[in-house]
Amino acid sequence: MAAHLKKRVYEEFSKVSQQVTLEEVPAKKLRLTKPSKSAALHIDLCKASSPTDALQHLLNFARKPVEAESVEGVVRILLEHYYKESDNSVRLKIASLLGLLSKTQGFSPDCVVDDAINTLNSEKSNQVLAQLLDTLLIIGSQLPDKIAVIQRLIDVACKHLSSTYFGVRNKCLQLLGCLGTVDKPLSKETDTGPGAQTSPVRDVQSVISDFFQDQDPRVRTAAIKAMLQLHERGMKIQQTIYNQACKLLSDDYEQVRSAAVQMVWVLSQLYPESIVPIPSSNEEIRLVDDSFGKICHMVSDGSWVVRVQAAKLLGSMHQVSPHFLEQTLDKKLMSDLRRKRTAHERAKELYASGEFSSGRRWADDAPKEKVDTSGVNLIDSGACGAFVHGLEDEMYEVRISAVEALCSLAQSSPSFAEKCLDFLVDMFNDEIEEVRLQSIHVLRQISTHITLREDQLDTVLAVLEDSSRDIREALHELLCYTNVSTKDCIQLALVELLKNLTKYPTDRNSVWKCLKFLGARHPTLVLPIVPELLSTHPYFDTPEPDMDDPAYIAVLVLVFNAAKSCPTMPALFSDHTFRHYAYLRDSLSHLVPHLRLPGRKQTAGSGLEVSGVGSGSLESAQNFLQDSLIRVSALHNLETPGAQDLLEFTIRDLQRLGELQTELAGSADFCATYLHCQLLLTKALQEKLWTMAVPLCLKQNAKVSTAARQILDETYKLEFLYSGLETQQIATIHNVRLQAKALQLILTARSKQGVDRVLGVCEKFLQDVESFQRLFMIELPHFQDSFVEKLLELMPRLTACKPLDLVKILQTTLRQSRFIHLKLPEQIHRASATIIEPTGESDNPLKFTSGLVVALDIDATLEHVQDPQTTVKVQVLYPDGQSHIIHPKPGDFRTPGPGRVRLITQVYLSHSAWTEACQIEVRLLLAYSSSSSKQSVSKPAWNESMDGLPSSESCIEGTIHLSKPVKVFIMPKPTRR
Amino acid sequence: MPEIRVTPLGAGQDVGRSCILVSIGGKNIMLDCGMHMGYNDDRRFPDFSYITQNGRLTEFLDCVIISHFHLDHCGALPYMSEMVGYDGPIYMTHPTKAICPILLEDFRKITVDKKGETNFFTSQMIKDCMKKVVPLNLHQTVQVDEELEIKAYYAGHVLGAAMVQIKVGSESVVYTGDYNMTPDRHLGAAWIDKCRPDLLISESTYATTIRDSKRCRERDFLKKVHETVERGGKVLIPVFALGRAQELCILLETFWERMNLKAPIYFSTGLTEKANHYYKLFITWTNQKIRKTFVQRNMFEFKHIKAFDRSYADNPGPMVVFATPGMLHAGQSLLIFKKWAGNEKNMVIMPGYCVQGTVGHKILNGQKKLEMEGRATLDVKLQVEYMSFSAHADAKGIMQLIRMAEPRNMLLVHGEAKKMEFLKDKIEQEFSISCYMPANGETTSIVTNPSVPVDISLNLLKREMALGGPLPDAKRPRTMHGTLIMKDDSLRLVSPEQALKELGLSEHQLRFTCRVLLHDPHSDTDTLGRIYTHLKSVLKSYSIQHVSDGTVIVESIVIKVTSSAEEPNLKVILLSWSYQDEELGSFLSTLLKKGLPS
Repeated sequence: MAAHLKKRVYEEFSKVSQQVTLEEVPAKKLRLTKPSKSAALHIDLCKASSPTDALQHLLNFARKPVEAESVEGVVRILLEHYYKESDNSVRLKIASLLGLLSKTQGFSPDCVVDDAINTLNSEKSNQVLAQLLDTLLIIGSQLPDKIAVIQRLIDVACKHLSSTYFGVRNKCLQLLGCLGTVDKPLSKETDTGPGAQTSPVRDVQSVISDFFQDQDPRVRTAAIKAMLQLHERGMKIQQTIYNQACKLLSDDYEQVRSAAVQMVWVLSQLYPESIVPIPSSNEEIRLVDDSFGKICHMVSDGSWVVRVQAAKLLGSMHQVSPHFLEQTLDKKLMSDLRRKRTAHERAKELYASGEFSSGRRWADDAPKEKVDTSGVNLIDSGACGAFVHGLEDEMYEVRISAVEALCSLAQSSPSFAEKCLDFLVDMFNDEIEEVRLQSIHVLRQISTHITLREDQLDTVLAVLEDSSRDIREALHELLCYTNVSTKDCIQLALVELLKNLTKYPTDRNSVWKCLKFLGARHPTLVLPIVPELLSTHPYFDTPEPDMDDPAYIAVLVLVFNAAKSCPTMPALFSDHTFRHYAYLRDSLSHLVPHLRLPGRKQTAGSGLEVSGVGSGSLESAQNFLQDSLIRVSALHNLETPGAQDLLEFTIRDLQRLGELQTELAGSADFCATYLHCQLLLTKALQEKLWTMAVPLCLKQNAKVSTAARQILDETYKLEFLYSGLETQQIATIHNVRLQAKALQLILTARSKQGVDRVLGVCEKFLQDVESFQRLFMIELPHFQDSFVEKLLELMPRLTACKPLDLVKILQTTLRQSRFIHLKLPEQIHRASATIIEPTGESDNPLKFTSGLVVALDIDATLEHVQDPQTTVKVQVLYPDGQSHIIHPKPGDFRTPGPGRVRLITQVYLSHSAWTEACQIEVRLLLAYSSSSSKQSVSKPAWNESMDGLPSSESCIEGTIHLSKPVKVFIMPKPTRR
Repeated sequence: MPEIRVTPLGAGQDVGRSCILVSIGGKNIMLDCGMHMGYNDDRRFPDFSYITQNGRLTEFLDCVIISHFHLDHCGALPYMSEMVGYDGPIYMTHPTKAICPILLEDFRKITVDKKGETNFFTSQMIKDCMKKVVPLNLHQTVQVDEELEIKAYYAGHVLGAAMVQIKVGSESVVYTGDYNMTPDRHLGAAWIDKCRPDLLISESTYATTIRDSKRCRERDFLKKVHETVERGGKVLIPVFALGRAQELCILLETFWERMNLKAPIYFSTGLTEKANHYYKLFITWTNQKIRKTFVQRNMFEFKHIKAFDRSYADNPGPMVVFATPGMLHAGQSLLIFKKWAGNEKNMVIMPGYCVQGTVGHKILNGQKKLEMEGRATLDVKLQVEYMSFSAHADAKGIMQLIRMAEPRNMLLVHGEAKKMEFLKDKIEQEFSISCYMPANGETTSIVTNPSVPVDISLNLLKREMALGGPLPDAKRPRTMHGTLIMKDDSLRLVSPEQALKELGLSEHQLRFTCRVLLHDPHSDTDTLGRIYTHLKSVLKSYSIQHVSDGTVIVESIVIKVTSSAEEPNLKVILLSWSYQDEELGSFLSTLLKKGLPS
């Protein structure tokens, strides 16, 4: 009964005070005013009979947001109850609520600081104390520039540092870390001298570092974290704590060690060059080397979390001296006290001595020289073998981080890259695919520094038989960038790639591409083996190979690409090779380069032209693009005669330019599309229908309305298909879109008679204008004389007037408004996609029983698509007009390179029975929603629940075609009974 | 001083017959109970008569702990428990408990059925023995009795291998058994927390070896197998049934899977199938990869590896066969070897060490013609490869374990004396802890310094806390006053008052009195007044009272002045202080002896 009553009271309070806020019409957001919120809470808390009850109320209360203006009242009420409350848990909740409330946007918590600090003095429970300190921390971080408040908070924290409860000490340290800069400002200049530092209050750093020795590991961790926090906030950490931090590396607790590793790393980055003594000897080394050694040591820590962290951090220590760096890969082997060579060394020697194959005899790795027992250092002081350990670790997380660290270090040091090669190649045989993949990627990244030896290449190539497609493709990618040393290597690679091709025919494209680069990279190595590759004979004619054989094409791709920079090579070709060249150059132009062939004038001539465009003309093309834009921008009124022709020509030019110059394709297309919109708009406005009487213009209407729709579509394409747009361009696009919408509105008004309908459309339009104003306020100066500007000027009138007047106003503004010129942004890329698989060439229908599903493999590459996981969809269009949209799993997207995404997924098809096989269309779509463009959806201020907050904008969702459709032959058979 | 005594009955400066006796805190524990592969006589088993000449062992041993299922660690168990006689608990991990009897039974069969030995333990004895086993879980602390507790840690090496921590009070010993610090294809690496035992007993098989990365070896192995199979050859891999065999199986299985190979792999049957069954069950004991993927597919459910049948050896085409025994001295592996030896396309890979005299040893040394029984000779044309896969920690691994556990003393077993010597030096040099390496039967005593726990009364602690600084400072020791009561096997520290109360004693006060002669011309009361003012000026922070009955009281010290009868100027100052104020009292007496300022 009591509960019911309470509910009633609450309901009444909220009912009376419901107010519709005016600004946001569509959302119809409810807002509770101050008295109701705090009063309701007050009543609730007063009524609560038991602490559990009160807690329940507070929890309920916390689920709803509170407006900035009512926060203070609520805080007062909470504080009042805080003092009255005897139950710890309730006080704890109140304290946490205070913190949450102070985070409310637009509320300045300085008015509650005093009260919050006061509560601390009387508090007995340690848990509540800790929570209160947390609240103070939040308040403090809300008021970063109130020095006095912060100083007070720091004093409070220092006072409570001596608490016996670890939680309180933790929070105090956290507070010091987040706020403490005041005692010792960052800039030394503000110090008046040495005297200033001897103030009674010690500087924050030494206070915090005292707690490095605390008895509680949690407090030790908090102390280090606080120190790291100081560092993150830009405060210079003193070098003096280095020794303390190093001691903590051998702490008993993993979280302490983990934090300490970070601390040591931070210090090594801050003071890389300062000199530290080596204990137990009087030598000195650079701090970065010392800390590198220490972090290396942590790679063999007992806890894998620490190991992962240590391995990761090693990768970012680029200043370390090469001597130490190379030690990380060093592992002296020993067998029965005799020095033994590692397998890597043996492989290298075998290679050097020219002997092939190894390990025929037992004990060919038999140890040779005797090791001096006193010289063997079993425990690695310092960096020795850190990566050797890391790469052999039990946990794959550690191995992956070690591989990544190796990569990062190798990129900055070529000699190290050379050394770590063997180890990376070894990782190709890891048991976990992720690690294998990662090491292949890493090797690709550092491949500029290295040349593979034959035995290494052998190991690398062995992976080509892997059944995982990702691994194989990563390896192809790697081979594209690899340098090899001998012609045997080329032959080996070719043989293995061909083997791969026969085993996995789907790899065709990837293998060809790989051979293209391999050939282009090593023309001189390919040259001596050309006769063998093409199986030509000096005297005898050999049979002509089958032109459709993928393996033969692969060989040709290799040879032709090598021949490009090796003019002597074509002399070795036989007749049919030339014929095949001509065929391949045509059919696989992306794989086969243009060759200067003797006696083939006709191809040579056309080739010269193309190559002329290729190299030096980027700049001129860019100039051309600029010129055309300037030419167009000279037009002020598109209705002048000749203007439209000029536009049309420019559009044509731009489109052609885009085809010729791939670098500028994005920009050119973008401009062309934009101009096309303008052209359409102008044409539509010039139609006679505006002067015609309403009933007569129905036919014309159709034409104009298609134009309007087309413009709308194009603007969406402009906005979402191109990446690299700046706000100004987006605003321009929106302007055009508004124009198109205005056009539509006018058409509706003219063709439809009912005022009600027009009313709705008008409102919608006005909202659009408003949202434009909201979004692009700063861009408005660029829009002089534009449609939007004029509209905004007229806005007060527009909102007041009747729909029909509105339409009239729009009509005149549309005709008067100036055409906005596009300022070309730096880099525009057009999102594009190509479906590689299915090819659409197959004549064999995919047969399946109707009603059941069949899986269709789809393999596509996407370029310049932002956030493909959420935007790219697959559309399947059946002959009967049914269309399905399929969302691929996020895991189906792979990123082989920057800006490129590969989608390999399966699409499930199903249909009822057909009498004969028919084609379906598969294509990729780009989904967009207009609300997801630049506006950030404001999140509820301080808690997780979203109820009562509908999304602010009704978003327009749609899709753009991203790729050409591919036809697939399918045949659902009726079920046999 | 309390001490821990360790006596190896086997594995002291030797490999095989692991059996170590440990006495710690009045408890006797036997660690492992293995047999020696090299002997067929009495030396095969540890000499249990060292423990007692006659009668059963039960009353002399508190528990027996078996680290893993290898016969050199558990082979003598039924002999000890059933034939010598032991009824106490035997601890081993679950996988060990499951697999151990299979191996023991096999061992029994070979010795009794094949070699015809008598006076050996029977199948029933193995069963009876296994009934005494108490299984252990990893990281589970098991209370053997009220004081003795044991805890198992993961050791790698073979499935179910464990390191054991034995703890009595604050004294503790860690026994590693055999362990491996680098993970392999089916097992993880050994791990222990920073338990700081008084003694770490470690194996030291590879005390003088630092091994190369495992990956190179694996890669070589796979490459060789792959090449042979591609050539159409047959590969024979002689193995022992348990341990390495599973690792190699996994290695080949995953490789076949990865590379999409089709050639069949066979495993000659026998106890392997039973053992594989247990490997499937004890997934939690394997490495990260297997543990993570077993939900989709249990790695030990081999897709490509099938049971071998004698007739398959003559099948055409490539194949890989695992066959027992590992040294090619008898059985199926030798049979297959004879069939395949003539073809140079084939290959045999020896994955382990071979004893002298076996066929394995001969071919590894490059012998091309083998004499078979019946004067026949066999031409060895097939390729012979050697590939070592062993799962013991190398020197670096041992050092790493020491660094992990931070023991106070080290003891090496399960290794050759010469190699141990080297490692011992290194350990002493690098960790500066003492290291021992007793021979069989030799006892090592390690003096421990156990901490004695004392209960302190809360009141006393709080009072002390209130006196001193706010927090106990870990860096500085603090002294406190209290009374230590030793009663009924418990130690308590309480405040003196409480002690008196508890013991029913009345408090005695001990006071010191002292006379100081002082020349002072003033009257008694004046002198006292002057003393009062003097003290007041010297001892500023003490409470000093001038009581009307002619005394000055400083804290608990009473000062009186009387003039001597003979000489009025000579004043006798009477000082009296209690024992607790001894310091202040003696200070005052010396101060007054110096006289008063005029």
